[in-house]
Amino acid sequence: MVLEPSFQGAVLAAPARSSHRSPVSEAPATRRVLIAIALLFLGFFLFLPLVAVFVEALRGGVGTYLRAISEPDALSAMKLTLLVAAIAVPANIVFGIAAAWAIAKFEFKGKAFLITLIDLPFSVSPVISGLVYILLFGTHGVLGPLVESAGIKIVFALPGIVLATIFVTFPFVARELIPLMQEQGTGDEEAALSLGASGFKTFLLVTLPNVKWALLYGVLLCNARAMGEFGAVSVVSGHIRGVTNTMPLHVEILYNEYAFQAAFAVASLLALLALLTLALKSLLEWRFADGIAAVRGH
Amino acid sequence: MDISIENIRKEFERFPALHDVSLDIRSGELIALLGPSGSGKTTLLRLIAGLEFLTSGRILFGNEDASHKSVQERNVGFVFQHYALFKHMTVADNVGFGLRVRPRSQRPSRAEIRRRAEELLELVQLPGLGKRFPAQLSGGQRQRVALARALAIEPRVLLLDEPFGALDAKVRRELRRWLRELHERTGHTTVFVTHDQEEAMELADRVVVMSNGKIEQVGSADDIYDAPASPFVFSFIGASNALRVHVEAGRVYLDDRPLELPRTNLPDGPARLYLRPHDLEVSRDEAGSIPGVISAVRRTSGARLIELEIGGRRDRLEIELPAEQSHRLNGRLAVRPRKWQLYRDDECRLAS
Repeated sequence: MVLEPSFQGAVLAAPARSSHRSPVSEAPATRRVLIAIALLFLGFFLFLPLVAVFVEALRGGVGTYLRAISEPDALSAMKLTLLVAAIAVPANIVFGIAAAWAIAKFEFKGKAFLITLIDLPFSVSPVISGLVYILLFGTHGVLGPLVESAGIKIVFALPGIVLATIFVTFPFVARELIPLMQEQGTGDEEAALSLGASGFKTFLLVTLPNVKWALLYGVLLCNARAMGEFGAVSVVSGHIRGVTNTMPLHVEILYNEYAFQAAFAVASLLALLALLTLALKSLLEWRFADGIAAVRGH
Repeated sequence: MDISIENIRKEFERFPALHDVSLDIRSGELIALLGPSGSGKTTLLRLIAGLEFLTSGRILFGNEDASHKSVQERNVGFVFQHYALFKHMTVADNVGFGLRVRPRSQRPSRAEIRRRAEELLELVQLPGLGKRFPAQLSGGQRQRVALARALAIEPRVLLLDEPFGALDAKVRRELRRWLRELHERTGHTTVFVTHDQEEAMELADRVVVMSNGKIEQVGSADDIYDAPASPFVFSFIGASNALRVHVEAGRVYLDDRPLELPRTNLPDGPARLYLRPHDLEVSRDEAGSIPGVISAVRRTSGARLIELEIGGRRDRLEIELPAEQSHRLNGRLAVRPRKWQLYRDDECRLAS
């Protein structure tokens, strides 16, 4: 009974306001406050640091900036980072497709366990991911003496860095593909097989085109993380300048040596890489919006 | 292509989906697999296609044992319930897919594939739509593209899984007639799955009625409607009534009242009398008739339906009379069956 007058008031007031807002949305003031909070938060935590990186990097002028990123140790770090990504990303594409295929299209024992296992790198601290390889392949590790006697150096060398990077980035591709492939089921593949296509042709001509956008997203995210990974790589790399330093590690070393401007210069390259990935992703979404909608639509 | 299915059995993780099914399909025949969901009809179709493997038994294509052949080797045209068209390919590429994926030595030239696709699109009455994508077509058009795609590989047998299931009633009826015409023109041996009895009876040369992983009856529309082999078939096809009766020394009793039916050779004991609503006629309440109390009278478009309670609400009988015949809304009424089927009670319990 107490509520009745205000309820009537709202009904009476409604026609005047109905042109601006739908009856189920919040009051304008609430909306403005929510938008403001979101923008402030984004600005403070994301935009401001990003701007700071570029401002600091260019503080000493463009000349110093270019000198900092063309110095031999910086170049070697860039090369190593690109090399690691060039190995880890394809490896994870193969693994991601295989895992997604197995999980989405077959029923087998231990499937739920495999799904949990794929998520493991997300829930484990990167430092531990790196430490695992030291414990496995280090001089006192379980497999250490074995690989050492074979003349292979894993820890504090490229193989260790690659292994740690693969470990940290392996959920990206699989996690993008699994829900999509599960939703799509096996109908299209059965149709292709019934039309006489071999298993490989079915995969190439039907399965892959059906998941290409999800795969591309997964690859972009995987690549960004592979280049930016710090924790796991830091543990296995050994920080040998010009040899086992990736870009994130190089940034840290420069910073610890109070070479702030050089540190920010290299960091700005990493930030640029992240922005590029984002831009590429948006571009793909915009350019192929119809294709993505068509594949997701059914 | 003759197809023989010999004593096949299919289990999914120990759960039997088909037990001991045998069926002979003659070359050029149009066969319907009809049954409720879970009756095993789709499983049987997928077994013929090679999309599932048998647990035991044999499937012969002509004289050749196809039981262990892969779906590619069987060369069947399969039309999926939701068509499974390749969304990222044009209609023409969809239709030509089966030719495009052949090994190089058997693959026709690009121009030839394009020509065949156009020809097939014309056959399914979609000329000129080759450049569109499946998302730009209506449900009925997609169905036809799926059919053209299946026909492109010159299949030995055409298999359709609920071909009209996803379409609305009007399109369904049109496509049904069209499929029948297409079948007569191309002469493919065709098997289709449906749960719609009207569709099965109207379209097929022979209907295979299935229930609980078994074949209940195989026959023409007349056979399965007029001479149903089991209580399941009787009640699944068309409208039906079942009356609980008793057999004693070949005579049929409703409670203590003997019915005027010829002697039966069913054993003594409980039985059920199955009757179609339109096979009952009103009679005087005299010895041998079935008496009841009218509980409802309803008018449908072409007839008048009367509900009778028999033996004090124990059983309910629906009678269909011509619409002109007007009737009182209550009181007693006796009927006499023109046609009927009598089944043992235990048979009926298995069926329900």
